[in-house]
Amino acid sequence: MPERGNAPNSPRVGLFVTCLVDSMRPNVGFAAVALLKSAGCKVEIPLAQTCCGQPAFNSGADEATKPIARQVIETFEPFDYLVAPSGSCAGMIKAHYPELFADDPIWLDRAKRLAAKTHELLSFLVDVRGFRPQNVACKASATYHDSCSGLRELGVKAQPRALLSSVKGLELRPLEGDETCCGFGGTFCVKYSDISNAIVGEKAQNVVATGADLLLGGDLGCLMNMAGKLSREGAKTRVFHTAEILAGMSAYAIGEESTGAAGKEAK
Amino acid sequence: MSAPSGTFQERVDKALGNAQLKVALERTTGNARRKRAAAVEAWPDFVAARAAAAAIKDHSIAHMAYYLEMFERNALASGAQVHWARDPDEACKIVVDICKAANARTVTRSKSMLGEEIGLPHALAGAGIRRVETDLAEHIIQLAGETPSHIIWPAAHRTREDVAKLFDEHHREKPTAHDVVSMVGSARKELREDFFAADVGISGANFLCADTGAICTITNEGNAELTTTPPRVHIVTAGIEKIVASTEHALQLTRLLVRSATGADLTQYTTFHCGPKRPGDLDGPDQFHIVLVDHGRTEMLTEMPEMLRCLRCGACLNHCVVYRAIGGHAYGGAYPGPMGSVLTPVFDGLEQTRDLPNACTLNGQCRQVCPVDIPLPTMLRHWREQSWRAGYEPKTLRAAIRLWAFFAARPRLYQLAQAVALPAMRLFAKGGWISSLPLASGWTAARDLPKPPGESFLTSIRKGGTP
Repeated sequence: MPERGNAPNSPRVGLFVTCLVDSMRPNVGFAAVALLKSAGCKVEIPLAQTCCGQPAFNSGADEATKPIARQVIETFEPFDYLVAPSGSCAGMIKAHYPELFADDPIWLDRAKRLAAKTHELLSFLVDVRGFRPQNVACKASATYHDSCSGLRELGVKAQPRALLSSVKGLELRPLEGDETCCGFGGTFCVKYSDISNAIVGEKAQNVVATGADLLLGGDLGCLMNMAGKLSREGAKTRVFHTAEILAGMSAYAIGEESTGAAGKEAK
Repeated sequence: MSAPSGTFQERVDKALGNAQLKVALERTTGNARRKRAAAVEAWPDFVAARAAAAAIKDHSIAHMAYYLEMFERNALASGAQVHWARDPDEACKIVVDICKAANARTVTRSKSMLGEEIGLPHALAGAGIRRVETDLAEHIIQLAGETPSHIIWPAAHRTREDVAKLFDEHHREKPTAHDVVSMVGSARKELREDFFAADVGISGANFLCADTGAICTITNEGNAELTTTPPRVHIVTAGIEKIVASTEHALQLTRLLVRSATGADLTQYTTFHCGPKRPGDLDGPDQFHIVLVDHGRTEMLTEMPEMLRCLRCGACLNHCVVYRAIGGHAYGGAYPGPMGSVLTPVFDGLEQTRDLPNACTLNGQCRQVCPVDIPLPTMLRHWREQSWRAGYEPKTLRAAIRLWAFFAARPRLYQLAQAVALPAMRLFAKGGWISSLPLASGWTAARDLPKPPGESFLTSIRKGGTP
């Protein structure tokens, strides 16, 4: 892919890679970097990042969330944009950091300013950068799950489909209940494992019913939940983050012996 | 009738183990979702109407005392008697006393969730008064000795096949066949005598109209009219949040309520009941009592005023993945689903009910389909915050979250811990998946976990320099 990220007017993007991508699927991070560069951004990856704080926030532990949120704000304030390959984490920063600091005028102001320049990756590529992938091919059928936070907090729906429509050979099939939660819900899926199991079981059935080769989405938590259930059920559906397909970095699906970050197991 | 018992987890286990429940819930809620979607699709002004509906409710909530007093004046002028109840005990006592004063032996009741909220069925039984539920689904529930599991379809947890068995067992005139027409016919005959023999009829109210002092009921079966008209006494039990400024407001809200509940433009019956029978009226009750119930609502005016917008349409239940998986009884309160998970802690106390706001994925679909845009996920998270502060959350969870948050706020330490954890996790993998992992059984009980990479993304970046 051509790199246009070094032009003088390129926006400086700080990539908030998210804790799950960092720990569980670095390939999504590398794909995000490649896509942002192709879209003409100067990408930087601050090492002083961990998580957006959702596990604590959604457990009601606001005081434990605040130091994490302050760190994200301080780290990403200098950039023109904060971009995250997740609607859930971007939604946390955009919609919930201002709630978290509602009673703290100084941090509220800083949270609001960061919120205003925070974007989910796929919608950033389309809405802010007007980007379409060039010369990317993927000969497969795919179906798409709209993760809830991206869909309802950020309005991410048309953007990933617009991007995927530029991938040569990719056939997108409708998914029954594509806007219905997969049952991940962050800590919900381990706190109420059996309810989560019932929900993701239904989701897996709907995915299998499409007959699609691939299941795509924009949030690794939901994708790991669905991929893990599909694997447990013995389904053959391969699961990817949309960024991996768009960047042409889709050799190994979630749960396939991965290349890892350093490519140690590449075959 | 027996209310759901046991812990939340026990009720969930029971629900998830009942395959018939899933079939019944999917029939009812699936149908409701499809019909609502079609109704919204067919209404170009839906978004504007929804915003207007929220504003109508907010107006009456902001001026609740003013409109309640106006309602009372107009209701008294129409000949009604108005009673105020602070809590369920007061409300039930008022109703029972009215029944006793009327020497009532049999009362008919048309479906009212407020009645369930205040425990009216128990109170009537305790007073030795025979209660006949006249809503078809409530009739089913009464035969089965259960409580409602859905606020619009109380018998949503029962399949038609189930109901046929109940009717065969209990009805004096059994259904001639197990199709809908025969079964409804059998119920109609079963209830018919009681409609006309009842001494008192008890209904709820969908709206209290301040401008006229009338109460409005919205039903499909006509049972509310047969419950409220023939008996000598009509008692209305209603939460004070049902107040609206005017009949016009009530009608505007009805458009949203009915479409959100059933997908129809209107229900079969939209009735305004105003005062007792007047000279020259052909029918109607001699006495018309309205019992206005607070039960925590005045506190909600400051704590969570948006929740007082709720029209009790049930759309949030029908679209909730958790409700669809476990059904209404698992929630343990009068109101299930997202709105119930917000309300039940108000009525029953947060310490006893902390599971309800936690057992939610915060996916936001409930708010999306709410006809008055109640920020349900925000309110559920608010309960979690209060539960955390009050120390109701389990010790192990609190310790785990605090430990994790300590590391998450310290990137260097976090990355050191991660460098130990990721290779350790890899030892449990077979192929690309981990099917069982110590301390992560909550995940692996239901699904496989992908094998993590040997090193994290940020470690790779640090080693390779910034891109």
